[in-house]
Amino acid sequence: MSSTAIEIQSKRGVWGGGNEPLKASYGKLMMWFFLLSDIFTFTAFLITYGAIRVSYPAYGGEVADFVSSNEYWPIPEMIFDAIPFVHGGHFPLVFVGLMTFILILSSVTMVLAVEAGHRNDRKDVVKWMLWTLLGGITFLSCQAWEWSHFIHGTDEGSMLTYVNSVGNVVSETVYGANLLVNEYGPAPFAQLFFFITGFHGFHVTIGVFLLFLAFYQAAVGVYEGRGHYEMIEKIGLYWHFVDLVWVFVFTFFYLI
Amino acid sequence: MAQENKNGLEVIPRDSAKIKKIWMTALILLVVTAVEFLLAFTMERGMLLYIIFIVLTIVKAKYIMMEFMHLGDEVKPLFYSIIVPLIFLIWLIIALFREGADIFLMRW
Repeated sequence: MSSTAIEIQSKRGVWGGGNEPLKASYGKLMMWFFLLSDIFTFTAFLITYGAIRVSYPAYGGEVADFVSSNEYWPIPEMIFDAIPFVHGGHFPLVFVGLMTFILILSSVTMVLAVEAGHRNDRKDVVKWMLWTLLGGITFLSCQAWEWSHFIHGTDEGSMLTYVNSVGNVVSETVYGANLLVNEYGPAPFAQLFFFITGFHGFHVTIGVFLLFLAFYQAAVGVYEGRGHYEMIEKIGLYWHFVDLVWVFVFTFFYLI
Repeated sequence: MAQENKNGLEVIPRDSAKIKKIWMTALILLVVTAVEFLLAFTMERGMLLYIIFIVLTIVKAKYIMMEFMHLGDEVKPLFYSIIVPLIFLIWLIIALFREGADIFLMRW
């Protein structure tokens, strides 16, 4: 079985340069290391949520009898129970469940776009990028509604005693949420909601811009001219990461 | 399907096995999410339920990172340079939860 091909020795040694130990392009590597740093930021947020949550008493009674108070940490399924178009209904976690499905599906269409990019199939890339873009915009719209509902609150509100912005102790009915007080639980509950889902939503917003850029460039043939669809792959990494973060936010903020 | 275009980038035909695998991963992710959703209303809240949630979340994270982000297909040094630094998070979890529990004792 001797081979007749002549082996060209291009080895220049470990320190000779020209080696690619990680076998990935510069752009992909940088995206990975950026995502690693972003993992630290998001886990810091989520662990902070956990730390602040255990510093407050837990609600001790039956789930069905839950009443919001700033004395103890709320049960998320009793707080996030609204859906659009049904006023005052009790549909625990249905809306965030739907949002999770939308984001996972847009992640699937993204990976299909990356796969089409490997095959240099411009038509498929454009098709799947468009679906991903639609998924991202739908998710953002859902989050906008979620925030709006959270800020405006329920019809009943909650009777709370708290320290107001000028330092006086007041007892009054509070509707909705802001950074100072909220009808759902202790002040950090709403603060963490705004910071964690807000920071995630900010990532999704940037993702939607990037998706649009990639969709447009793929459609007009920029990547075809370049000879490869690596940009789709890099933006795909970012978009999957956004989905990955949401999976954790869903568990730690809405389920537990 | 295989059309030639002016730049000479050859379109490789679809590999249905690959595409089927992507949709299977999607199905797994959706089913696990549905199971989490179901457990949230059928099981009593407590440490056991939380542990189940966290395990299922890590299962989902594994599928997203390995199948969707193709981290499993990268070379080992790249794989480990992403995964190993996450060890620091274990310290952060222990430190901050300890801190939170102590603040609870001081407050109440």
